[in-house]
Amino acid sequence: MDLGTYESIAYAYPELLLMGVATLIFLVDPFVRAKDGLGSLALFACALALVASIGLRVPGTDTWLVQGLFGWGEGWIFSRMVIVDDFAVFFKVIFCLAAFATVWMSLGSDEVRRSSEGEYYGLLLAATVGMFYMASAANLLMAYLGLEFVSLTSYVLTGYLRHNRRSGEAALKYTIYGGVASGTMIYGMSWLYGMTGSLDYMQINAALLAGRGEPLTIFIALVLILSGFGYKIAAVPFHMWAPDVYHGAPIPVAAFLSVGSKAAGFAVLMRLFYPGLSEAVEGGDWRFLAGVEWPQLMLVVCMATMTLGNLAALGQQNLKRLLAYSSIAHAGYTLMGFVVLNDEGLRAMLFYLVTYYLMNIGAFLVVMVVANSTGREDIEGFRGLAWRGGAVPAVAMAIFLFSLAGLPPLAGFIGKFYLFAAVVKEHFYLLALVGLANSVVALYYYARVVRTMFLDMPLGDEGVVVLDSHNAFLLYFLVLPTIVLGVYWAPVIDLAGRSARFFLG
Amino acid sequence: MDHVLSWMVFLPVAGMAVILCLPSRAHALIKQTALVFTLPPLLLGINLFLAFDREAEGFQYMVRAPWIASYNIDYFVGVDGISISMVLLTVLLCPICVLASWGIDKGVKGYFALFLLLDAGMTGVFVALDFFLFYIFWEVMLLPMYFLIGVWGGPRREYAAIKFFLYTLAGSVLMLIAMLYLYFSNEPHTFDMVRLMAQSATYGTEPVIWGLGAQHLLWLALFIGFAIKIPAFPFHTWLPDAHVEAPTAISVILAGVLLKMGTYGILRINYGMLPIATADFAFWLLAALGTWNIIYGALCAMAQTDLKKLVAYSSISHMGYVMLGMAAFTPQGINGAVLQMFNHGTVTAMLFLLVGVIYDRAHHREIAGFGGLAGIMPVYTGITALAFFAAMGLPGLSAFISEVLVLLGAWQKFPGLTIVAASAVVLTAGYMLWTMQRVYLGPPNEKYVGLPEINAREMVTLAPLAVIVVVLGVYPHAVLDLINASLLKLNDTVLGAVAGAVALR
Repeated sequence: MDLGTYESIAYAYPELLLMGVATLIFLVDPFVRAKDGLGSLALFACALALVASIGLRVPGTDTWLVQGLFGWGEGWIFSRMVIVDDFAVFFKVIFCLAAFATVWMSLGSDEVRRSSEGEYYGLLLAATVGMFYMASAANLLMAYLGLEFVSLTSYVLTGYLRHNRRSGEAALKYTIYGGVASGTMIYGMSWLYGMTGSLDYMQINAALLAGRGEPLTIFIALVLILSGFGYKIAAVPFHMWAPDVYHGAPIPVAAFLSVGSKAAGFAVLMRLFYPGLSEAVEGGDWRFLAGVEWPQLMLVVCMATMTLGNLAALGQQNLKRLLAYSSIAHAGYTLMGFVVLNDEGLRAMLFYLVTYYLMNIGAFLVVMVVANSTGREDIEGFRGLAWRGGAVPAVAMAIFLFSLAGLPPLAGFIGKFYLFAAVVKEHFYLLALVGLANSVVALYYYARVVRTMFLDMPLGDEGVVVLDSHNAFLLYFLVLPTIVLGVYWAPVIDLAGRSARFFLG
Repeated sequence: MDHVLSWMVFLPVAGMAVILCLPSRAHALIKQTALVFTLPPLLLGINLFLAFDREAEGFQYMVRAPWIASYNIDYFVGVDGISISMVLLTVLLCPICVLASWGIDKGVKGYFALFLLLDAGMTGVFVALDFFLFYIFWEVMLLPMYFLIGVWGGPRREYAAIKFFLYTLAGSVLMLIAMLYLYFSNEPHTFDMVRLMAQSATYGTEPVIWGLGAQHLLWLALFIGFAIKIPAFPFHTWLPDAHVEAPTAISVILAGVLLKMGTYGILRINYGMLPIATADFAFWLLAALGTWNIIYGALCAMAQTDLKKLVAYSSISHMGYVMLGMAAFTPQGINGAVLQMFNHGTVTAMLFLLVGVIYDRAHHREIAGFGGLAGIMPVYTGITALAFFAAMGLPGLSAFISEVLVLLGAWQKFPGLTIVAASAVVLTAGYMLWTMQRVYLGPPNEKYVGLPEINAREMVTLAPLAVIVVVLGVYPHAVLDLINASLLKLNDTVLGAVAGAVALR
């Protein structure tokens, strides 16, 4: 399937819908006083885009009310710029869910609502569209555009708390860092273009397999490109922005960056490095270009990322910074599925991103609930949370953190289990040992937060934590699947397995 | 009756769900509910004890249902002679511990909910026949244990809880790698323990690294995980801390059931699946280390000034007999080892309950702070004397039989070690009698003249254990008949595999 512009629209309606609503929000924002209404509109748009991606079927039949994109057809749209396949749809679903949760959080966040701006919601939707294109780009140019689109909107969202110096500083840092990273990346892309004469993934792939380009040159080009992707997923050594940005950004934005933006980075990384640069061989394995040892490089990056993230998290006092370092470590865990070069690893990555979505947004949500009530984001602010009215958020936080630590019977364990299974299957024992040692280290700082909430008694001056019904809804929405997926996850892993397949032309 | 094991595992989970729905002020109701949900498993256990086929060497009451079909993970439970003794011990100690926890008045709802989850996890470990299921149950115990020690424990509870948590997790992540390796080394991939045992001959013994074969490396990874639980020197340091800080009932569970999981895991997994490595490592890592445990634990116990710490170190010493007995591969040795696991469970439970009784009254456990309790609390002192004599291994009480069997069995293979282990009985008698003399005999301490005698509830917790200790002292066949057939088969598995390997060479 290779569709031109007009025929492609039928496959692009989630994006069009989001972009349309975003534009509508920008247009009517000056005339609308009730900004929460615009937020609700954005929420509605996310839900619609989700339905448009998954589809809506009359239960028990094959009649579609809304044609879902899963398995509908795969191929190029917009003249080979964009790909539709299950891999892209899987990520679109994650992005819609992330955007939905973020908008919902924003509607319940005091710091966002105080600034009372409508375009915030428009920017969130626009960033989501950018992520959609990162996951489905079939062309280096499209990948770059998607990535820049996400970055630019994220810079604004990070600096959204106009009267907060930290927020402005974070935005500036993010912008400079992002500018350098994407500049380096596009330089690497130009090398690749120079060697292969094309920006199209499939044509690049064909040219490289045909022997165009020196292995060393290709390797250098890939390293340059990885600086851009590595910055999006916050992998060492491109992780330095994460703690400051998460710390300064409004909490819902930090949650969005840590989940949506990271997942988009993984999507573009997987699509370029697997179908773009490697060759699929028998039994679901992939073979990289002879002489271009990027899996070795990524192996080192992966181990360094999880180790550094975890070690740096140990000493953090601010919960947003702690979660930032933990999200760096989780980028490292997720990369374990990337370096083993087979479909099992890809499936594990997709599944892990789903569980990561649940537990990480959940953890940020609890931070926001506490910050709403007490204005505090440091670990001490959580002292005795369970014993001063915050039992529900405290228990939920414990569940999210232990899930992040990878303890059964929670979703995070199953995610890690599949990653480790892929690693052990391919005999990467050193990586498995490093990953497991990291899990033990990580437990220490997650348990430290739990200890503060449960084992330490309140001193009496912390203030009461109130969980309103709006935030409570999202909390339950995230906690339940975190537990359920730890006990029964067959549908999700099957879906991830089906989606870990690329359209290869 | 087919699903009796599932009922025993999941009734406590149902109890937890019920308790979570009760109002948190209804203390009495919560405690009664906990008792109501721990008694049926005990009755089912008694029924199982009567109906168990003592001649059969394989698994009974097996139930298998697909859980995650795409990964060959089953819900698969069953008992054989080894596990049934441990299941009986668990279902016996749980209601006793609920009664022993009657005095808890802080966070009652959380305490009993977590306790029931712990109960389910423990029973699950002993009945699971799918390695994945085993691992889940094994890890499920960690969370409740962390909170039970950390929230309801003594002054240094936070330190003790996190130490226990990290130690155990470090051990179990090694188990995870070994589990995945075993999974992938079978075609079709499986976690089914029965099949993993049946294919024990296929795990390679050719040297891979440092002269150790894959089978030996797996054995070591699993052994470290289990040795931490036993706890074997040098992984034992979490135990005294955890015991001293844990509330009485949790100490009982810890010493009575959790420690046995280490030796149970070695018997079930290391012996059953990796027989050649077992034979190779038996002398140094089981027999010699076990003997060292006996001596070291006894010497440490002698130096303690805290009554509970003394009992904790005596546990380390007594678990050494289990290791020594099972290393000998003689019918007496291995039977003695499992019988010792059961007997130690009952005797140590009594000791911890007795320490709890005195702690509730005097609010300290310093050995030097008491004296002449025999005159103040004669009934209490009588029962304590029984428990102390049982722990010393006095003829006529249960532990005597199992220790003699262990020594008889070990004598045939390791006479030197047996002499050392047997002389340690003198040390045991030394610290037990010395403690007896300091706490119970001599002139009564003026401070404690008015201490109330042991009450009816405490008697109810102690009486069943005392009866078992006496009965098994004169009629050990009640347990030996249960375990004998399965253990002889396990012994033959190891000896047969070794003979086969020797023949091949």
